[in-house]
Amino acid sequence: MSLIKNNIIIRDSWNHLDDDTPLSAEGKVIVSLKRWQSERKLLMERQEPLGIRLKSAEGAEMISDDLAHFDLIALEFPIFKDGRSYSTARMLRERYHYKGELRAVGEVLRDQLQFMLRCGFDAFEYAGKTIPEEAISAFVEMDKFYQTVGDWGRT
Amino acid sequence: MYVYNLVDQSLVNQRVQQFRDQVRRRLSGELNEEEFKPLRLMNGLYLQLHAYMLRVAIPYGTLSSKQMRALAHIAVRYDKGYGHFTTRQNLQFNWPKLKETPDILADLADVQMHAFQTSGNCIRNVTADQYAGVAVEEIADPRITAEVVRQWSTLHPEFSFLPRKFKIAVTGSKRDRAAVRVHDIGLIIKINEAGEMGYEVIVGGGLGRTPIVGVTIREFLPQQCLLSYLESILRIYNQIGRRDNIYKARIKIVIHELGAKEFTRRVEKEWKTIRDTAIDLPVGEYERIRAFFAPLPYQSLPKNDAGFSHLKFENQDFSHWVRGNTLPHRQSGYSIANISLKPIGGIPGDASAKQMEVVADLAEKFSFGEIRVAHEQNLVLPHVKQTDLYSIWNTLKEHNLATPNLGLISDIIACPGMDYCSLATARSIPLAQDISNRFSNLRRQNDIGELSVNISGCINACGHHHVGHIGLLGVDRKGEEYYQVTIGGSADENASIGEIIGPAIPYDEVVDAIERVVETYVDLRAKNESFIDAYRRVGKQPFKENLYVTN
Repeated sequence: MSLIKNNIIIRDSWNHLDDDTPLSAEGKVIVSLKRWQSERKLLMERQEPLGIRLKSAEGAEMISDDLAHFDLIALEFPIFKDGRSYSTARMLRERYHYKGELRAVGEVLRDQLQFMLRCGFDAFEYAGKTIPEEAISAFVEMDKFYQTVGDWGRT
Repeated sequence: MYVYNLVDQSLVNQRVQQFRDQVRRRLSGELNEEEFKPLRLMNGLYLQLHAYMLRVAIPYGTLSSKQMRALAHIAVRYDKGYGHFTTRQNLQFNWPKLKETPDILADLADVQMHAFQTSGNCIRNVTADQYAGVAVEEIADPRITAEVVRQWSTLHPEFSFLPRKFKIAVTGSKRDRAAVRVHDIGLIIKINEAGEMGYEVIVGGGLGRTPIVGVTIREFLPQQCLLSYLESILRIYNQIGRRDNIYKARIKIVIHELGAKEFTRRVEKEWKTIRDTAIDLPVGEYERIRAFFAPLPYQSLPKNDAGFSHLKFENQDFSHWVRGNTLPHRQSGYSIANISLKPIGGIPGDASAKQMEVVADLAEKFSFGEIRVAHEQNLVLPHVKQTDLYSIWNTLKEHNLATPNLGLISDIIACPGMDYCSLATARSIPLAQDISNRFSNLRRQNDIGELSVNISGCINACGHHHVGHIGLLGVDRKGEEYYQVTIGGSADENASIGEIIGPAIPYDEVVDAIERVVETYVDLRAKNESFIDAYRRVGKQPFKENLYVTN
């Protein structure tokens, strides 16, 4: 798996923490919604950047009041055909004005990248078979679109 | 007709390049078939029983002569010299080679055409009344709305991976020729008391395994709010539509499970939060598109031309064709000429490259270069002078395109069935041909009157059997083809789903059974009573009693 951000491959400084792994004092971690809900206080007391990971069935409204606590939100694509996270991404960006990293995780393939980008994702855990440098070209395959989307103040 | 600007054209061109690269990656093995599938589907490429099939989009069934010629060229160069017009006003090529499909798409792009979203779990090619802009009783032209929907739905980043396919149809007329009540979303253009244009929004209709007539969730949506409202519906569907079972994944199931009231509440709530964002088009954009559909430079002509009347009097065959296949036009002295793609014993919806060229020539010469495709799988020359009809008819006749059977029993809708389709469980085409041959006598067909026979080769209902006055659904019984018969379906403004009238019957007995159903109607009808009206009056019982009588 490679992390693509801003059209380049970068080293991932975040760790996905599963629900059973104890929380350490240091390091940037991404936790599940379940863990955020049950260990909220503990996680807020940590002085480290925090990320949250939503399953495709978990919508933006489930964390919309908590967005200030997250530096990263990871949205899952359990299979590339499951398009729910596209809606979640747009709602986070356009309705709730989330400005932090929005990361696509799961079955993130080359030919979905541009759809994801347009919905507001800015980081991609690329799971395709091709070299990720090649996949980056997918972002610029097309530059003409009909819809007004992704209006979320990208810089 | 709508003409591409630079944005439209470069989007289509870029998409061709993108698909060329996707095909290259498939051929090199970089993509496996499963990964390639959603990519090819979004460009209209299916894998059928014997070969790939490319479904070309004909947005809201509108074609120019130039585009029709390009389709003829593709049929000859890349296929076997013919194409098949579908119930979604599209055209299918049945024998393209994978490696040539990018070239086909490039040829289409040259004439402002594409195959976007003619398949896959996305918003499909939008359909509309084939008589848009010319029907006498029309309230407003649906093509402007349909073009707006086409653009909005093309490569929509949020709605390209829906739970299931999603079909939108638009009509601007009281007579519904676009079957809007059996679509995922149906839009009926309305003018409110203040004279503003808007839509009745119908959601959750559909055929397939669970046929159902859609429900109206909003009586009047102002036109300028169209896209935000559509986005609201699609967003709710994208989020809660079922993804665990493809047979329960259409929006109709969401509405069934949630209830229309709760579904509507959620849509309205979502809409409140997005209706004032940049999603909706500025009025100027509607006007820009509307300008492409301005009335054509018609001549001022008398309502009835003496020469035309005389020709009808002189030539009975011509007179039959005029009565059967042409309709009055909004403009005095003009007609709408329907071209039947249902010759007796022919394959419904098929057209040879030569026939396509003939139609293209006729349109260029006599119909402002415009052609329409009807969801009944026929073609239309929408703006023809009465005085040109005779000459048009003569040319059509030479090319087996003048069968005067519009709306009659041999004007059969049929899916490709097991002759082509990998989903089919039975054949549709040969059955359509057999029925057509049995009722080949046009005098008899006219006596029977308006009667639609729709045939689907499987439960997916591409042949719209549920909404045929008589519907036939092919099923597989231990390797034998059987057909379930439904009666009383209708796709128009009084949409209804046909009733199954008993056990399925084997292939060889279907034509006799249909004949008994028809004879039952002929015997019991009141004066001038159509088949569907008679059925609605007497119910299924008399038909059922006679259907299963065998000699």
